[in-house]
Amino acid sequence: MSEPIVRVQDVHKIYSRGSEKVDVLDGVTLDVPEGDYLALMGPSGSGKTTLLNLLGGLDRPTSGAVVVAGEDLGRASGPRLARWRARHIGFVFQFYNLLPVLTAARNVELPLLLTKLKKAERRKRVEVALDVVGLSERAQHLPTQLSGGQEQRVGIARAIVSDPTLILADEPTGDLDRQSGDEILDLLEILNRDHGKTIIMVTHDPLAAARAKRTLHLDKGRLISETERRDRLESQVSTGQESVA
Amino acid sequence: MKFLHLLWRNLMRKKVRTTLTIGSIFVAFLLYGTLLAVKTAFGAGVQLVGLDRLLTIHKVSLIQFLPESYMPRIEGIEGVDSVAHATWFGGVYQDPKNFFAQMAVTPERWLEVHPEIQLSDEQKQAWFRNRVGAIVGKVTAERFGWSLGDRVPIQGTIFRPPGGGAWEFVIEGIYEADKGFDGSQMFFHTKYLSETIEFADGQVGWFTFRVADPSRSAAIAEEVDALFANSPAETKTSTEKAFTQGFANQVGNLQAITTGILTVVFFTLLLVAGNTMAQTVRERTAELGVMKTLGFTDVQVMGLVLGESFLIALLGGGAGLALVSWAVNTGDIGGALFPTLYLPTQGVLLGVALLLFMGFAAGAIPAWQALRLSIVDALRRKG
Repeated sequence: MSEPIVRVQDVHKIYSRGSEKVDVLDGVTLDVPEGDYLALMGPSGSGKTTLLNLLGGLDRPTSGAVVVAGEDLGRASGPRLARWRARHIGFVFQFYNLLPVLTAARNVELPLLLTKLKKAERRKRVEVALDVVGLSERAQHLPTQLSGGQEQRVGIARAIVSDPTLILADEPTGDLDRQSGDEILDLLEILNRDHGKTIIMVTHDPLAAARAKRTLHLDKGRLISETERRDRLESQVSTGQESVA
Repeated sequence: MKFLHLLWRNLMRKKVRTTLTIGSIFVAFLLYGTLLAVKTAFGAGVQLVGLDRLLTIHKVSLIQFLPESYMPRIEGIEGVDSVAHATWFGGVYQDPKNFFAQMAVTPERWLEVHPEIQLSDEQKQAWFRNRVGAIVGKVTAERFGWSLGDRVPIQGTIFRPPGGGAWEFVIEGIYEADKGFDGSQMFFHTKYLSETIEFADGQVGWFTFRVADPSRSAAIAEEVDALFANSPAETKTSTEKAFTQGFANQVGNLQAITTGILTVVFFTLLLVAGNTMAQTVRERTAELGVMKTLGFTDVQVMGLVLGESFLIALLGGGAGLALVSWAVNTGDIGGALFPTLYLPTQGVLLGVALLLFMGFAAGAIPAWQALRLSIVDALRRKG
């Protein structure tokens, strides 16, 4: 078996709320192999977004180790982490977080501004990324001229444009209607299945989680269970539910 | 340069606010440039005239006459190269608002002492020959549409010709002046004045002369004044530089006035621009967090905020300085009041330094906040 692309070992994250200490993550250990599509589920406050932030190098663990794509994120300096994020991580946000003043193409181009690519090369990559998400014809539209689902597609194009090692998605369908959400989930599935992208997605939605290869359940900062898609399918078949795979 | 589009788009997200801020900076630097040009105009001679030209006036005041007979005696002092004299005419062309300086001078000597006056030999000779001939600066000629050979009526306010009416001069030369010399002045033959006005005969306004060795200027000035001490018309001699400075000081301490006004203006402006930048960052906290998430370093995000601040300052300040520069170089914003308006390079460089400082100071605190911004906190503001 190949070396996992994500290795989380006994990670604790403690936040101080005044004099009170809150254990948001309490000894989480996790391996994610390359090409995996993992969903993180759990109630609000269970620590799933905090875990996602740690995996993306946006925050540091209080103790334990988070190693992603060979980088020990707890030890890396701020600038090193930023460069590492630019190279290895593609983020997809719940509220898209596009810059409203930039067109879809310019939004997608943002991560490439941090590279040494020439303008022509940047444009080419942007075109490819927008093509992958099916929004080539909307390249010159501002976010306000796009629907929520289209904005999220632009967000995904931005996440994949620099060909990252890992895609982290925080509730990517949380702000979308069912149809748009399904389209986004289809897209993520294609990225995982056809392009081999490793994806970790935080979600509240069981239907969204069902698209992932496996789902981890967190509660009170601990991993409490893991479900694989095969298990879920079997469970659904035995109870007569419609397949979601 | 690849971030310029981003900076520009960010500035344009609140067009009215950005325009007003840039406009206020524009006005401030317009004021800066104008005050600088005016200050320079008052002190033009101070800055540009060396110590080798001296002026001798009546000890009581500039408006008191001196005997023309002083000229050979001044000339006789060792170290004095050439002497000319001039008399303030104070005339008006058509309307009192059309003010410009006219002086009765000894033409050959005047040009000899003032090499800043650029006139062709042909025009020089024409002027020397014609007793009612005059030369006028290009600025004034263009202002009133005069050309060579024109007969120009000037109303005398101090000297009125017998029988009344206006003095008539023939434009024999239109000169260009070196930077710093008042190129709006008109010079005519002192003979024309003295032969027409009886009381002006043998009287002159002041003497101006060159010295061979500028380091002896002070000694020669003393010598000149000593020569006429205890006479009915005692003199006061100083370098042209000191004279011009004294004249400029009559208006007030321009340096202090200018500095005072500009300090208040720039301080206010700093608050305006600083407030704009602070608002800009506050409104975009989540976006800055997103950019850090995408891989922008803290320093890069800080740089983008500072870049916006610099861009605002450069657009407003640059436009202000450019407009003043254009106006004083090609326009006539001062008219005859400030005929030697120009922006000294040093002042322009100071202006550029000021606008860079403004850009930095206005953006420094917001940029620091952007630098310190935690991604997790920033994203939480929106999500």
